[in-house]
This record gives sequence, C-alpha cells and structure tokens, in this order.
Amino acid sequence: MKIFVCLKQVPDTDTRIKIQGDLASIDANGIKWIVSPYDLYAIEEAIKIRESNPGTQVYVITAGPKPRASEALITALAMGADEGILINVAQPLDANQTAKALAATIKSEGGAKSENGARLILTGRSSGDYNQSSVAQMLAEYLEIPHATVISKLQFSPDSVLVERDIEGGAKEVIQLKLPAVISTNKGLNSPRYSSLPGIMKAKKKTIKEIDFTILGVSAEDFKVKYSNFTLPPDKPAARLISGDVPSQVSQLVKVLRDEAKVL
Amino acid sequence: MNNILVFCETQNGHLKRSSQELLQKGAKSGHKVFALLLGSSSTAAPECAHHGAKVVLTAKSPALDQYNSELYLAALDAACETSNPSVILAATSSSAKDLFPRFAAKKNLGLVSDGIALTLQGDEVLVTKPLYAGKCFAQASFENSQIKIVLMRPNQLPVDHANSSLTAEVTDLQVPQLDLSTIVKEVVKGASEKLDLTEANIIVAGGRGFKEAANFKLLNELASVLGATVGATRAVVDEGWVSHSMQVGQTGKTVAPTLYIAVGISGAIQHLAGMSGSKVIVAINNDPSAPIFQKATYGIVGDLFSVLPALTEEFRKILKA
Repeated sequence: MKIFVCLKQVPDTDTRIKIQGDLASIDANGIKWIVSPYDLYAIEEAIKIRESNPGTQVYVITAGPKPRASEALITALAMGADEGILINVAQPLDANQTAKALAATIKSEGGAKSENGARLILTGRSSGDYNQSSVAQMLAEYLEIPHATVISKLQFSPDSVLVERDIEGGAKEVIQLKLPAVISTNKGLNSPRYSSLPGIMKAKKKTIKEIDFTILGVSAEDFKVKYSNFTLPPDKPAARLISGDVPSQVSQLVKVLRDEAKVL
Repeated sequence: MNNILVFCETQNGHLKRSSQELLQKGAKSGHKVFALLLGSSSTAAPECAHHGAKVVLTAKSPALDQYNSELYLAALDAACETSNPSVILAATSSSAKDLFPRFAAKKNLGLVSDGIALTLQGDEVLVTKPLYAGKCFAQASFENSQIKIVLMRPNQLPVDHANSSLTAEVTDLQVPQLDLSTIVKEVVKGASEKLDLTEANIIVAGGRGFKEAANFKLLNELASVLGATVGATRAVVDEGWVSHSMQVGQTGKTVAPTLYIAVGISGAIQHLAGMSGSKVIVAINNDPSAPIFQKATYGIVGDLFSVLPALTEEFRKILKA
C-alpha cells in the first residue's frame, strides 16, 4: 500500500517578515525554512499507519526550488518516511498549480485509482505562509477521489477511513470516507516525532527522486491568483498603561472601553 | 452590473452576521445579488432579501441540512448554473473553506481565502489578505478565472440595518441524487455554544500567567459577563489545559474581534500574529516588558489574580446598569 504525504516548506513561525523592494514578495534573506507545522501531523500519521499495516510505503512530495526544498523532504525522511519526491521548480506556484503538479506526480507513481497506486494522501490543513487551505481539496478533485479537511482523529481500515473534522466552536463532524481519499490534518491528530540522529543518518541514504516541473503539464493558464502590494502591519503606539490601585485601574479601564474606544 | 452569488449560512435559523456583511457588500457595489441557502437554512430567505439579495436560491433537501462536501458541491454547481455569477462570496466558515477550493478546481477558477478587505468595482475584484498569519498583508487579484471566488473573514465589513421592506424572488434548485463516497455519521457538539473564535465580537484569552488549568475559570467568568468567546495561547494548549479549538495564533485560529482582552499572555510572535488584527486590545500582565504591551491599546501591569476578578465585577456592574 502506498501513502503519499504532500509537504510545503515555509518560514519558521518565529520569523520576522521583511518585504522586498518591489512589494511583490517577502525578503527571503536570512529566513530559516521549516516544514509547514500542520504537515508534520500528516507525516506522523502516515508513519503510524505504516507501523500497523506492514508492507506500506510512505512517499513524501514537495514542490519548490532545489536544494532548499529537499531539506523539507529530508526532515520527513528522518522522521521515518520511505522515499522522497522533489518537484523542482524555481518560480512560485499558486495553490491551483501546486495541486495540479502534485496530482500529475501522483498519477506518474500509479495514480489513485489503480491497485498499485495511492491508498491515502495526507497533507496539512493549511500552510504557514499563504494559508489558502486549498491544495488538499483541489488535489482530490484532480485525482477524482473524496476528501476531508481539518482532521484531528483518524481511524484507518483498508477500504475506508473514519475521521473527525474540527468545525466551529469545538464541534466535530464524524465522517466516513471511501479510500483512496485526500485528508488534511489538524493539530491534535497526533504528536509528531522528532527526527533522531540515527533517523537523520538513515535519511541520507534514502532515495529522493527529482521531477522536472516542466514535464507535469501545468500551464501558465493554471495560475489563478497573483499577490502584489505587500505591506507590513502598521506600527501601533505602545499600550496606554492604566495606573493606580486595582479598583481604580479596572474602573478606568472599563470607562475608556465604553466612552473612548466604544467597544462595549 | 454583474451577478454575485453569496453562499449564506445560518445559526439557530437566522442569517449569520458574516453572510449579512457579504450580501450588503454585493448590493452596495451595485451588482445583482443572489443568495444561496441550503437545507433547512432556507427559512432565512426573507432575511437575505432584507440585506440586499434580489434572488434567493434554496435547495430544501433534508440531506443538505448538514454539510457534506459532495452534496454541497452539486448544489453549488446548480446554483452557479442558475445565477451565472462573475463573483462568488462566502465567509471563511469550516464548510466554505472545505467546499470552495474543490469547486474552484472542478470549474478551473481562482479562489482567494481569508480576505479582510474587498474591492468590487465594475469587473475588478481585489482582495486584501494577511499572509504569514498576519505578519504581512498583500493584495490578491485574479488571473485566468471566469468566476472569482472570495472567502472573507467574518467581522471585516460593515453591516447596516436590515431593510425589512425589501423582498426577493425565491427559486428552489434541483440537486441531483448522488452515490456518496463521503458520509457524515454524526456531529459531536463542542463544549461551548458560544460563537466561534473566528466569528466572535469579543474574545478574552489566557496564557501561562494562569499557572494552572483550574484558574481558567476566572477567565470563563469574565467571558460569561461579556458574552465573549474564550481563547488561549499555544503554550497552554500544549500543556493540555484547554482544547486546540481555543488556540489563537499561527498554528491556531487567526482572529479579529472588536475587543481582545489578553490576560497573562506575554505575547510570543506567533500569538501576536493571530490576534493583532483586533480593533482594541487590552493586555493584563505582571511583566511591564512583555511584548504584548507593544500591540495593546490599553494595558494594566498587575497580578491577574487580583485584577481579573475585580475587572469581571466592574463589567458586571456597568453592563447591568
């Protein structure tokens, strides 16, 4: 059985973002790149399913510029994934192009409809950069298989999965999906393992297959959303501190919230 | 004038504020607004008209009472055939975020999610959205997309009073029967019946300053006096004090309420990224050098265990008056 995990590399969550002079992207200088946090739950879940289903192979795929994007794959291989696939592409892709490129890659590895193809495809519920929360659903459409997003519990059986999807107010939808399917993972699904030193040593011997983006049939017309006019949040003056003893502080605070800020 | 389709959602039988915002936005921009109401939410058709819809499309099948990606996709398809829109608007609800990317791929369309400002001028559609969890903003525009799909965050657009003299034509859609691969077995209710963090008008949030899970009851008391939703930092979610559905920040929810009260929160960059879009921020912390005071509008430096109960009492007094 094959499980595919789709990853994205994003700036570390502690990064202070700076903007390029042309206002069309962020300044990548000095950024530390990490696997997008929600993708870690996808990797962990795939490895867990493999542990209880012998004969399973976990493939991790990412699209991005070499060599940087390979680091994301190495992180996943060090956690325990079996093989990496790098879609080598220098230019930024939008969500639709990414989904098309992933679908074409998975199709070239047996697709999602054949005996020899993907049984389950996992990815994070959103990426830590553009946060469109789109690629999982788009990928499912291009592979013509069902999907479920924002999953915090997954019970695997060979023909179907039973999942819990997080919706508003802490409520959950319990959904059964026929396999193959695409699932996007949320925090709470599992606790992703760290890559151990032996894991990192092993990862160096694992295969990373490289695919040239230009052979995947993704065209310029597949580019749908353009971003421009990047700006940083406006500087705010520091808080107005309210002094005095506690009774006077709270009464002043409630007064300014009501009379000045008018939010009550 | 173009046609705009608004995916509308209800809570307890009434149109959500987020849907009102989008209907009014479409109507104010001079376009013909079609509202889509699926399943039992169809009873909100008159409300849609009051907020500017000229046509309300309903699909009354009980199968649509609950979100199902395959059935909703078919219903949305039927709604598009009928309304022939150039723009589709929806709020960033859990249903819409699941549904629309798949629809976009199926129909070869562009989609922008997470909008906080929207320009609809003639054929031009521009969306401002936060990137990197609010650490910067950019303007998104569409290319190669016949219909432009925009998912807007709640509470970003103004809502004027409803005009109850307005009416709309109501059309019931035929949605085909499907052999489903996705079955929603049940919906398990959350602990809180309050508005979700992403929709809340007031949020009170707590961090490590609370020292232990049991002390969060102080925050719950303040929330109940204010009708607020309770949020938390990643640190306390990771400690297991509260559920992940309450986490505000880069690996939790990004929120933008009118009032955000941060208690015992120092202000890690990944938390600030998730809440700095709030209109008014109050910080209560015993450390005057905590980064949260750089983002806050008002601050009290003090011990939350004495300030918080006093503040709850003060709100109780004032709001009763």
